[in-house]
Amino acid sequence: MYTQALNQKDVAPATASAEDPERLARFEARVAAEDKIEPNDWMPEAYRRTLTRQISQHAHSEIVGMLPEGNWITRAPSLRRKAALLAKVQDEGGHGLYLYAAAETLGTSREALVEQLLSGRAKYSSIFNYPTLTWADIGAIGWLVDGAAIMNQIPLCRTSYGPYARAMVRVCKEESFHQRQGYEIMLTLARGTAEQKAMAQDALDRWWWPALMMFGPPDGESAHTDQSMRWKIKRFTNDALRQQFVDATVPQGHFLQLTFPDPELRFDEASGHWQYGAIDWEEFRQVLAGNGPCNRERLEARRKAHAEGAWVREAALAHAAKRRARRAAERQAAE
Amino acid sequence: MSETPMPIWEVFVRARAGLAHRHAGSVHAADAEMALQAARDTYTRRGEGLSLWVVPSAAITASDPADRDSLFEPTADKIYRHPTFYEVPDDVGHM
Repeated sequence: MYTQALNQKDVAPATASAEDPERLARFEARVAAEDKIEPNDWMPEAYRRTLTRQISQHAHSEIVGMLPEGNWITRAPSLRRKAALLAKVQDEGGHGLYLYAAAETLGTSREALVEQLLSGRAKYSSIFNYPTLTWADIGAIGWLVDGAAIMNQIPLCRTSYGPYARAMVRVCKEESFHQRQGYEIMLTLARGTAEQKAMAQDALDRWWWPALMMFGPPDGESAHTDQSMRWKIKRFTNDALRQQFVDATVPQGHFLQLTFPDPELRFDEASGHWQYGAIDWEEFRQVLAGNGPCNRERLEARRKAHAEGAWVREAALAHAAKRRARRAAERQAAE
Repeated sequence: MSETPMPIWEVFVRARAGLAHRHAGSVHAADAEMALQAARDTYTRRGEGLSLWVVPSAAITASDPADRDSLFEPTADKIYRHPTFYEVPDDVGHM
């Protein structure tokens, strides 16, 4: 559900100049004409690298994103809420798998992608390094985090790489339930007792700014925006999407009769947009650098799950190999 | 840590009786039975299908995109393969 424009610098040098200029021109003409690029098509190395990074980060985000919400499954306040949360977390797992499958079509194995996450080399969305302290956080995540993710993901359904675009269509179809269930939780709390309303307000206070950071650094600092836009990997800039999100979300928050933790938030009649105060980009950089409240805990949980599942993977492969061998022996005996 | 790679399978889903199976994505699994189980959990959580196929990815042979023109272009000038190529007077009625 959550891609984030993390805009890491490419480690490898830009090799566009080393590519066959004729093929590159043909590729760019196809993309410009809205033709989709498919796995076996020729593509510039930088396009492959950028997409592999973006899709796999997106997949990692889905998988790590299961952790903060999974934290509340056993403590959901009713069976209805529990069933919904369980289904939502299962969806996030599914979204991670669609995306890994899309990333693999670019030529990097699943094992290599997972290893990049577990070793800490690959990034995932900064938002999942914040803790879920109360039940209201589950509402705030659905409403704000999934809401921000949807803003980001709808344009990705038209991204130039076919397998990524198709995966995003599936993800977006499933995502709107996530946001609605979150908003329903917020609404219930906001209309509840004074204590419940305070919980909802506290969750909004803690999640609002991190949700705005999900769109990535401001356009001026965004290293890859130009090329990603030209190659139609990205369709809108970080700031444009962030503004869309603010405009959609602020009235929803007012309907809840909650207050946004931004004294500078005001509606600008002239532009028709909600204007928001300055984002603390130092916090964003710190969280991405591994210094957020839960970075270590999240990675430890993923490493533990991977290590504890190793025997299952080994046993499944051994079982399959044994059955194959037995079938081969039976065939031989029959001949 | 290098693990034995888990085989990869392409997943095809039949949405309704009467429709063909359609490619949905891929899964990793040790054997066909587990691939079907994984495909069910991954690609049919909301009644998307009534039937699943899983095929080892390596078993698929694909045409080369570089051959696209030589393979598919020649059909463009064979307009006599289409019914509109033939002239039938209006008086004959719908045919």
